[in-house]
Amino acid sequence: MQVTMTVNDVEVTREIEGRLLLVHFLRDVLSLTGTHWGCDTSNCGTCVVWLDGEPVKSCTVLAAMAGGHEVRTVEGLAKDGQLDPIQEGFMQCHGLQCGFCTPGMMMTCRALLDKNPDPTDAEIREAISGQICRCTGYATIVRSVRWASVHEAAAEVTR
Amino acid sequence: MQVPAPFEYERATSVDQAIGLMERLGSSARLVAGGHSLLPMMKLRLANFEYLIDINPLHDELGYIRVGADEVRIGALTRHRELLESAELAAAFPIFRDAERVIADPVVRNRGTLGGSLCQADPSEDLSAVCTTLDASCVIRGPGGAERVVSMAEFHVGPYETAVADGEILTEIRLPRRPGHGSAYEKVERRAGDWAVVSAGAAVWLGADGTIADARVGLAAVGPNTTGIPEISDTIKDQAPSEALYEQAGAIAARSCDPATDQRGSADYKRHLADELTRRTLRKAVERARS
Amino acid sequence: MTTVHEPKLTTFDDNDQKPVGHGRMLRKEDPRFLRGRGRYTDDVQLPGMLHLAILRSPFAHARILSVDISAAEASPGVKLVVTGAMLAEKGLAWMPTLSNDVQAVLATDKVRFQGQEVAFVVADDRYAARDALELIDVEYDVLDPVVDARRALEPDAPLIRDDLAGKTNNHVFDWETGDEAATAAVFASADVVVTEDIVYPRVHPAPMETCGAVADFDAIDGKLRLWSTTQAPHAHRTLYAIVAGIPEHKIQVIAPDIGGGFGNKVPIYPGYVCAIVGSILTGKPVKWMEDRSENLISTGFARDYLMRGEIAATRDGKILAIRTNVLADHGAFNGTAAPVKYPAGFFGVFTGSYDIEAAYCKMTAVYTNKAPGGVAYACSFRITEAVYLVERIVDCLAYELDMDPAELRLKNFIQPEQFPYETKTGWVYDSGNYEPTMRLAMDIAGYADLRREQAEKRARGELMGIGISFFTEAVGAGPRKDMDILGLGMADGCELRIHPTGKAVVRLSVQTQGQGHETTFAQIVAEEIGIPPADIEVVHGDTDQTPFGLGTYGSRSTPVSGAAAALVARKVRDKAQLIASAMLEVSVADLDWVKGAFQVKGDPSKSVTIQAIAMRAHGAGDLPDGVEGGLEAQICYNPSNLTYPHGAYICVVDIDPGTAQVKVRRFIAVDDCGTRINPMIIEGQVHGGLTDGVGMALMEMIAFDEDGNCLGASLMDYLIPTALEVPDWETGFTVTPSPHHPIGAKGVGESATVGSPPAIVNAVVDALKPFGVRHADMPLTPSRVWDAMRGQATPPI
Repeated sequence: MQVTMTVNDVEVTREIEGRLLLVHFLRDVLSLTGTHWGCDTSNCGTCVVWLDGEPVKSCTVLAAMAGGHEVRTVEGLAKDGQLDPIQEGFMQCHGLQCGFCTPGMMMTCRALLDKNPDPTDAEIREAISGQICRCTGYATIVRSVRWASVHEAAAEVTR
Repeated sequence: MQVPAPFEYERATSVDQAIGLMERLGSSARLVAGGHSLLPMMKLRLANFEYLIDINPLHDELGYIRVGADEVRIGALTRHRELLESAELAAAFPIFRDAERVIADPVVRNRGTLGGSLCQADPSEDLSAVCTTLDASCVIRGPGGAERVVSMAEFHVGPYETAVADGEILTEIRLPRRPGHGSAYEKVERRAGDWAVVSAGAAVWLGADGTIADARVGLAAVGPNTTGIPEISDTIKDQAPSEALYEQAGAIAARSCDPATDQRGSADYKRHLADELTRRTLRKAVERARS
Repeated sequence: MTTVHEPKLTTFDDNDQKPVGHGRMLRKEDPRFLRGRGRYTDDVQLPGMLHLAILRSPFAHARILSVDISAAEASPGVKLVVTGAMLAEKGLAWMPTLSNDVQAVLATDKVRFQGQEVAFVVADDRYAARDALELIDVEYDVLDPVVDARRALEPDAPLIRDDLAGKTNNHVFDWETGDEAATAAVFASADVVVTEDIVYPRVHPAPMETCGAVADFDAIDGKLRLWSTTQAPHAHRTLYAIVAGIPEHKIQVIAPDIGGGFGNKVPIYPGYVCAIVGSILTGKPVKWMEDRSENLISTGFARDYLMRGEIAATRDGKILAIRTNVLADHGAFNGTAAPVKYPAGFFGVFTGSYDIEAAYCKMTAVYTNKAPGGVAYACSFRITEAVYLVERIVDCLAYELDMDPAELRLKNFIQPEQFPYETKTGWVYDSGNYEPTMRLAMDIAGYADLRREQAEKRARGELMGIGISFFTEAVGAGPRKDMDILGLGMADGCELRIHPTGKAVVRLSVQTQGQGHETTFAQIVAEEIGIPPADIEVVHGDTDQTPFGLGTYGSRSTPVSGAAAALVARKVRDKAQLIASAMLEVSVADLDWVKGAFQVKGDPSKSVTIQAIAMRAHGAGDLPDGVEGGLEAQICYNPSNLTYPHGAYICVVDIDPGTAQVKVRRFIAVDDCGTRINPMIIEGQVHGGLTDGVGMALMEMIAFDEDGNCLGASLMDYLIPTALEVPDWETGFTVTPSPHHPIGAKGVGESATVGSPPAIVNAVVDALKPFGVRHADMPLTPSRVWDAMRGQATPPI
């Protein structure tokens, strides 16, 4: 079947099998390998991308379901080579180690800040609670989001 | 990653078109909404279908929360996040917000739907327990637009089995509103996002004199289906709320349920939780009804 | 010499100090990860690449009667289907394990654990490969399995390893350490003896990236290129040469970015060998990426130790002796990764941080019908088990003596003047100063206040617990005279080259999996040679590009390769000094090294920078007699001893008396890993390990039913902590440098994974003291805590 969707502001059309998972469409068909996968059961969240601006687990969405919709991946976070504040925050606060969960984490955290520019630590923890990081112990991820929040509020960084 | 076996993807354009497809394709077809229960099962090849009919395009038609004076109607494609964020729903039935906070995780809640949860008919599923607690009825639409309305007890035929037949779609959940309402939900889980070890919902309706005009308790993960316990309703009806009464209800919950020992916990522990959580949720439901 | 540092709140202002050397510095690897431009094994796409999927056994123990692959071969897109019998014809059905046992690549005779590899399919894409697996028809004769290690040595237990000539039982090895008679004598005359059965259940490292490989065999030049998720690329290359018979110089192992390892990516798995075979047979690149359930059911697990701990002490709390008897479950093949002379890893450090009179351990290891492994999950070669044993049994003693567990530990610490300290099992602790570390942790925690709060809460029927653990680790394997894996010594090579313009490239044998080597090793070299870290490229993860060494596990990167990097930089600096003396026309002895430049003693105006020296070294002018052009060096560093980091951890938990749910409210970790290279990275390593500890103590366990079916085969069943189960970690540090490491650093990667589980379990048990609970085994799930509250605590296996 044929599917057409917008990925990181670019419209793409491809011939696919109906069963193709969105994560494989992004990685194997479009070579956008920044989105990872880590389980079979929607538990780990390394595959989180945006579907029409909402974080979703792309291992549990069919590529066909995304037809006609807008998808954004980690490759679409930076603008004109300028890191998004959430990316900058993860670097400043050591919110990543092996980097495998990082794209999914950042997509969820960016969406959180878009809805709630000044989240509490508890709200940040809740937002990322469907995503597993085996390296950081989460505290530095919480700090990373706060960094982005504080610096955006102070207009020190812009989106 | 594990991947599903081949199937044909069909996209629904309207409820009746989807019913038509189902009618034509029979049991080889399955509806998919959020997909967060179905697709993992298909990846693990525990379930195989020749056709998947994607009803997400029907969200405009079936995604709604309508709070009326006598009844709340919720479209089957309403997503968990929408249920969680609806202030109107939380005001009418606070139990929904309690439950939605502990269902899966925020990202899954962006996709998962009320109808999908109920149709999965997992005995540990939280919204089934909520709907049981609130005495919900389920609207099922079939060929030719024929609608039938069944109670939750009728809807859940057995574990992973519902009253929805081939060629039918669950379209709406109806929740009767009565005055003096308070409700609450509590879940014990081993970790955030896990299925319940046990969870309990309680709803009370207080009379003008402060006594319990009606009460219902629903439990998840303690038997083959989420369970409403009529004996509790019968026992505490017309009584004044008290710790002794909650204890009595808890004891009934513990002896009425039929949990199994598994990785989540021993049957004894689950029985204990049925008691403990029944008492806690009744207490909170009454507090909320009073405030 | 120990320095104590009060914790400081992290502010946003000092995030990137840009040190020329040690200090907080942002990571050089982050920019690519942040943009989704990391390159992990599954990101490798080669022209014409095929995909491999593995059929695994549904049974724990069964004889294979027949394997019919005809339908699978006819499935659309399938290029190749291979069975064990086909591999056997090529002599490839079995491969050596890291413990000199053998393991089936594909089962030929029997399957010996659920999830064992039986056949593989190579197809055009991953979907087609999976589809064909369903079409392979295997006929099994199901046999009784051995699931419980306690049953393995019973006379009528089914024999698992009938492939081993003359094998008549399920015994793997016996091992002992310490002095049995001397220990027995101390126990016989002690005032107090406490005995407790303590289980460390089977857990799994479950890195977020599963294991996998892309094999690309070029039949024309005979070269095999293998991208794989390996923590030890050089060791793997040598083993592939031995297993597959490909000359070692024709094998290039590339470890690209790795999505977490934690020990899971140390062994060679059958899947890697299958990918190589698949590429050789098809002439195409072949990718194999395991799915999550394959990762959980078939790759290196950790622990599975059933330990009886005994401790002898005086009535006033002087610990005299520790004794333990261990039954070790090694699964179906002995695949433990440990130095050859240490079949139980470094479990011998079970005497902990205490100065005692005698110690003894006796251990028996057995085969069971479960996946092989044993050493994985950040355990420092079984020190996790050792520290858990001693820190748990010391708390049991505190319980019996009705003594504060902090006070008991303080009373028994090895004293600073006793270092280097030889333990009763023969380990020589290089340095340590335990009391300041312990006191700092107690200060941060507000220990006295916490005890007061606990007393008040207990009076109200609330359940609050305070748990302490104090650990000494042994990391940085290791000295060549003692330590090798399959004959490969555990020294590490390092090469440093300074380019003419003063930029540098350093090549390492160790393999980062998120530890930040590209940053830390640049800092180590920068500290020694005075070139900014930004100007130093760190090359690793490619056996054609880097010197030989045994890889990253057991917290060995900094203790071994970190030392190599410092020493190779000093070697370059020594040469630079010769060139500087010619440039400044003074004798070598008249030069002072000020970081980044040599300057004439007493005349700071006369100096040359390392960059100027580099240009001179590559330039046209004369060099001193006997000095070759260029500015580079290489070394192979053989550590003289392990390094022994230590730490004090305090955990505070609250337990809901009605539901028995445990909430970790606070966790204080004070670590001493000697000299600190990048405090930001150290803090990150500690945080991650603490989270592992919460997982193991409260929820993680690979369980089996009586038929040997794995009950933890997905992340739905194998629970890993999320952000909601862990507190905001409180860390502090002391610094006691290692006397034998060139920069005094020790290694910290696994400290927190090793040290935190006992602190959490001790806290839970402490909370349950009103119920008379002295011990309860992990994982402390609500149900198991409720059992303990009712006096019905049971072992998890």
